[in-house]
Amino acid sequence: MIWILDISLLLFLVICAIAAITIKDLLSAVVILSAYSLIMAIVWVEMQAVDVAFTEAAVGAGVTTVLFIAALARTDGRSED
Amino acid sequence: MSGIQESIIIRTVVRIMVPFIALFALYVIIHGASGPGGGFQGGVIFGAAIILYAMIYGIEDGKKIMSDKLNRILSSTGLVLYAGTGLLCLVFGGKFLQYNAVPLFPNPAETAAILMDVVEVGIGITVLAVMISLFFDISPPETEGDEMSPEEVEQ
Repeated sequence: MIWILDISLLLFLVICAIAAITIKDLLSAVVILSAYSLIMAIVWVEMQAVDVAFTEAAVGAGVTTVLFIAALARTDGRSED
Repeated sequence: MSGIQESIIIRTVVRIMVPFIALFALYVIIHGASGPGGGFQGGVIFGAAIILYAMIYGIEDGKKIMSDKLNRILSSTGLVLYAGTGLLCLVFGGKFLQYNAVPLFPNPAETAAILMDVVEVGIGITVLAVMISLFFDISPPETEGDEMSPEEVEQ
């Protein structure tokens, strides 16, 4: 039963990763990257690495998103390529 | 940015939540030796509490809590705590961070637990200060127009 959860989490992970690098609006990319970090934290818990999951949730989904948004506020928020 | 900062709901919720986030950060730091968590995670969470406050109440109000000078002092204090504990073990004839070499208590395990907490708190203080100073450096300066407009309306 648990492998269904694993497969769906990894599927969401891949979808989030591809969406984050293809989307043009950088604010959306940051939010998708935050969702990627949250799913990654659940995957770490699933792999019994609670400490890493804690760090991933605090740094990846929390502070890094804030820092990215603060940096985006200084730009026009669109990707050129 | 200014629309978020004027919302009474967000301001009230942030004012209530910040002490609890800070308390949880202290729990994570102290509990780090015997469970998930530790100095780095706790410091990040504590820094996130103050970053949240600074985001909603403005960078200027945030700098009243954590000024640049305090940031500089805290980020070096944590390093001194960490390196000082390690060097203390060297002074008493152990290896770097070999806690049980220090004759602080009769029971070496007790000494190790106390010194490990000191090291975790040092890591937490440094990470907290560096995270907050990163946010203050990256975040854009508040524009003159948003700050001046209420005063101009009154005048």
